[in-house]
Amino acid sequence: MDIQFELNGKSVQVDVPEDTPLLWAIRDHLGLTGTKFGCGIGMCGACTVHVNGRATRSCITPVSAVANSAVTTIEGIDPSHPLQAAWIKAQAPQCGYCQPGQIMQAVNLLEDFPDPSDEQINAVMSGNLCRCMAYIRIKEAIKLAAGEMQKEKADG
Amino acid sequence: MKRVLTVIVGVGVLVLGGMIIYAWEPAIPKVPLPEASRFSQAQISRGKMLAGIGNCSTCHTNEASRPNAGGLSIPTPFGTLYTPNIAPDPQTGIGHWSEAAFIRAMREGVDREGEHLFPAFPYTHFTKVKDEDLTALYAYLITHKPVEYEPPANTLRFPYNIRMLQAGWKVLFFDDSPWKDVDGKSDAWNRGAYLAEGLGHCAACHSPRNQFGAEQTDASYAGAMVDQWYAPALDKQHEAPVDWTMDESFDYLRTGGSALHGVAVGSMADVVHAGLAWASGQDIEALATYLGEIGGAGSTSEAMQKAKTLISKAHRETDADMTHGGRIFAAACVACHYNDSRRPNTIRPDLALNSTVTLKSPDNLIRVVLDGVSVKGGLPGVMMPGFGHALNDNDIADLLAFLRRTHNNEPPWPNLAQRVAQLRNETNVNSDDATE
Repeated sequence: MDIQFELNGKSVQVDVPEDTPLLWAIRDHLGLTGTKFGCGIGMCGACTVHVNGRATRSCITPVSAVANSAVTTIEGIDPSHPLQAAWIKAQAPQCGYCQPGQIMQAVNLLEDFPDPSDEQINAVMSGNLCRCMAYIRIKEAIKLAAGEMQKEKADG
Repeated sequence: MKRVLTVIVGVGVLVLGGMIIYAWEPAIPKVPLPEASRFSQAQISRGKMLAGIGNCSTCHTNEASRPNAGGLSIPTPFGTLYTPNIAPDPQTGIGHWSEAAFIRAMREGVDREGEHLFPAFPYTHFTKVKDEDLTALYAYLITHKPVEYEPPANTLRFPYNIRMLQAGWKVLFFDDSPWKDVDGKSDAWNRGAYLAEGLGHCAACHSPRNQFGAEQTDASYAGAMVDQWYAPALDKQHEAPVDWTMDESFDYLRTGGSALHGVAVGSMADVVHAGLAWASGQDIEALATYLGEIGGAGSTSEAMQKAKTLISKAHRETDADMTHGGRIFAAACVACHYNDSRRPNTIRPDLALNSTVTLKSPDNLIRVVLDGVSVKGGLPGVMMPGFGHALNDNDIADLLAFLRRTHNNEPPWPNLAQRVAQLRNETNVNSDDATE
């Protein structure tokens, strides 16, 4: 079945069974391997992408569900996004496997909670597991980025 | 003895004959398909808007490629009905129906050939629609795309399949009085009431029905099961944790979701996105005004205060609950459903404010967890993936028991895992690869 959607701003089409997880359409059929496979049941956050701008677990989302929608992966996030700079500054990743998912979730976090408290970060990021236990640095990076974005906004 | 019998049989025949004569309605002659030029563009546009408010196409379309051509199955306690073709195809649709025949069907529940229609078709509400609106609706439907399609035949059991008996049903349950504005109410209230009670037929889904399939007029808007979804109560005993306000009702009916209540799923998603989307902002305001009074709408500040209390309580109880269900909630749900208690966000439906968690039946919540919410339902563009393949029956039962325990004060739902298994089968979500 041909399914058309937008991936990082470009129209793409995949010919796969309609219940194929979006994750495998992106990785195996469209060749973007930044998005990772973790648990396969929507419980770890490694596969997080944006569907129409909202963080979504791609391992449990059938590709047919995003027909005609706009999908963004880690490859589609602006390299100059404050989160990417903050991630480097805080040296957030250890092994790095969960990081694309962490960043995709954090983008939404900062849209919904521009000046997030610890409680808000803990809650919204609770579905993104990190087996290296880099949570403290991830939280630090999110706060750095939030500060940077608030400053950018204030400077207009 | 013989004479008595003769009299009884005679009276019986007379009564039956009288009933047949009473029930009989003449056919209205066929007319050639009217030319579109007979109607003004304004009339057709107005008809389209009205068809949206009446949500005709949701029931009368089974496949998007066959708009208004019917064929949608409606399971009832009396057997299954299939909606008829109301596209203007002359053979299989209403192409040969005159305006008079259309108006009779809407007002009296009798088709062009004189057959009584079943009350799954809400003529009990449409009878309130004003002449000029019916004319506009006819103009729209008859000039729409003709689709040749014969829907499957109804499979109602005897004696419910006898259409003539509907004449008796009408005597008992059909009030055909025309719409009258209520003195002393605002124009917006009257407009809203006219739309909700007439074409919008809100009560048709949101009111329980009696054993004969008639809406219980003494329990109007008290909530009912429709198509395996529970259509929540809209009256003052509604199940929503926070009272509706005018703004909340408006947001919900206009966008498909509101911050203090949640999003429209199931057939209500179609009502909002495939129907009310055609209505003007003024008409949505009118509906919100009328439904607001039915539901006892309060002030926004009171609603916000109540929401804050409920969300804060849910946060505290969630933190204190480290059960299997609570861990699933943290891993799978919180990322999208968490809110600042002072500023709940429509795009993050808060489960402490959502009636799916407070309803008597867990069915709506089970169905959403199994199947998710599509990009077209709820808030357009925002989807929730289904967890039907990811979570097994016991996982979902634990998650729901956790939500019920921590997010409101209602008693636990009984036999949750069994109900999940049942709905999984009935709604065709496969459980083969759920993790054990």
